[in-house]
Amino acid sequence: MKAIFKRELKSYFESMTGYVFIAFLVMFIGIYFLAYNLSSGYPYFSYTLSAVLLIMSIGVPVLTMRCFADERKTKTDQLLLTAPVSVWEIVLGKYLAMTVVFLVPVLICCLCPLIIQANGTAYLLADYSTIFAFFLIGCLFISIGMFLSSLTESQIIAAVGTFVVLLCLMLWDGLVAFLPTTAKGSAIGFFVILMAVCVILYQMIEDYRVALGIGVLGTAALAGIYVWKEDTFDRALVNLLEHFDVVSVFDQFAVSHTFDVSGVILYLSAIFLFLFLTMQSVEKRRWS
Amino acid sequence: MIEVKNLVKDYGGRVAVDHLTFTVEDGYIYGFLGPNGAGKSTTMNMMTGYLGATSGEVLINGHNILEEPEEAKRHIGYLPEIPPLYTDMTVMEYLKFASELKKIPKKERAAEVERVVEITRLEDVKGRLIRNLSKGYKQRVGLAQAILGMPSVIILDEPTVGLDPKQIIEIRDLIKELGKQHTVILSSHILSEVRAVCDRVMILAHGKLVASDTPENLETQLTGHHGMELLVKGSREQIFDIVNTLECRAYLDHILIEDTDVEEEKRVSFELVGTEGYGKDVRECVFYGFANAYCPILRMAEQKKTLEEVFLELTESEAQDEKEQEHADEQAEGTGRMESTGMMENSQMENTADNMEDSQITAKKGDEEHESDF
Repeated sequence: MKAIFKRELKSYFESMTGYVFIAFLVMFIGIYFLAYNLSSGYPYFSYTLSAVLLIMSIGVPVLTMRCFADERKTKTDQLLLTAPVSVWEIVLGKYLAMTVVFLVPVLICCLCPLIIQANGTAYLLADYSTIFAFFLIGCLFISIGMFLSSLTESQIIAAVGTFVVLLCLMLWDGLVAFLPTTAKGSAIGFFVILMAVCVILYQMIEDYRVALGIGVLGTAALAGIYVWKEDTFDRALVNLLEHFDVVSVFDQFAVSHTFDVSGVILYLSAIFLFLFLTMQSVEKRRWS
Repeated sequence: MIEVKNLVKDYGGRVAVDHLTFTVEDGYIYGFLGPNGAGKSTTMNMMTGYLGATSGEVLINGHNILEEPEEAKRHIGYLPEIPPLYTDMTVMEYLKFASELKKIPKKERAAEVERVVEITRLEDVKGRLIRNLSKGYKQRVGLAQAILGMPSVIILDEPTVGLDPKQIIEIRDLIKELGKQHTVILSSHILSEVRAVCDRVMILAHGKLVASDTPENLETQLTGHHGMELLVKGSREQIFDIVNTLECRAYLDHILIEDTDVEEEKRVSFELVGTEGYGKDVRECVFYGFANAYCPILRMAEQKKTLEEVFLELTESEAQDEKEQEHADEQAEGTGRMESTGMMENSQMENTADNMEDSQITAKKGDEEHESDF
């Protein structure tokens, strides 16, 4: 793992990628910092960071697109996968290298609250916990980007895919608001999700009995609950999906200035989930 | 030692490797021979754990490559068809990375990298970026990576493809050198290479093992056919009479008298059948027969099948077998499959004999093609 981590980190700084990513983020942080804090005199640096979040959806794909897609294209994955290291170590090594690259602009961010303090009142605790949340959400975005990169051989597809997914996450609450809130609508929504899960499951394990079984059982359960107690479905879909609004968790830190522990746990478990999915996707390639 | 048992790889309906079973003993250089698409690379990828097998298992020194991957992979050095090189690194950086990846203890790393650099003669390009190296050097860097950490088995997938003749000879010498300390498995579709380098040859066709033996044995025993070819000065009738009055006439078969570019010279060829019963040397008999008739033999040579011919016969007859097999399968579902994996069945031998003349012609063509490779 250490070998892969060191190699990846070095390669980010030997090619342009690492510098471009850092320069891009630092530039926008600087612009917003100048506009909001220095020029307008707003004392919270956290406000700047919530504006920078949108920029992340462009920056992160640049960082992550290469990681597995390029490896697969140039067949260097043969070296890694035939070496005495586990897939988990490969995934973790690459992931940590990317988070370290991301850590550079985050550390530069840490200077900003001090600059504010030097010129007046600063809310250091709120700002630093927001920077911490910013780092975590960035790590989550990176894990999503890495997962998408492991699905394809093309860096372009990986980058565009990551950008689209991150943009959807940014607009999450707006998109969720379009979903039906009635019991019937929610039930149909759950049914669609169930079907999608079954299709993905079938794609992955290619055993129609398992996929069909889960589909039938799930449908029966949904129908049963619906008949038995219809009002459990009231707004259920929207309520469920709202839990995955990672940006609103960040806003808890940045806007409401509260340290959202459950949000931190959400971030960490989502990161772990995407690392796991990446590992599965690398493993799956060997079997198809 | 590597044991491959009933290995199958099914790419969604296209069977690339079909119930392959073989054992690789320590201390030999093995050659995987087969036409393109015979399943050589797929087999190697499965042996090294890059690909998972549809069914069957691979044991490396007793460790299953899928169940104990890390332990099993420690014993293998692998050079895939396309060397897995990070082109943005220098040769030294790359080898250091590879040695760390292969979990060579920190203290030994520098010495080990120096050792492989010396063996593969990479000193001159040590500090250069891999992307700027020529194909031959890239191949050598790939090879250096494969032999890092003294793995007991080195697997090389077409190690000489795309190299110039001088580099080919260098790489071959290097492989021979490696064969003294490691078990080496290399794949190739170039027969002369396998003959020059390998102690054992395994011929693959359509994902099945069709023959496995030393190159010499494959050339002689397997075919069971001996023949002689003479260049004789004389007219067709004269030669015809001499051959027919030879003392050993009863042991000659398929006699063929052909014209050559020179008008007076004829090429005479025949097969020897049951010469053990003759008791004397057929060559002497032929020599005296012609000599007594004042008909000079300009050249006399034993006709032995070359590895090329064996190869073509085996791989082609396998294709025919396959067709027959399909018919058989239609009649008796599935039962025929297992049998066909056995090496060199009798039916196949007969098949080989029937096709002999056809395949000889094609074999010569193949030979020429191969020569132009250089």
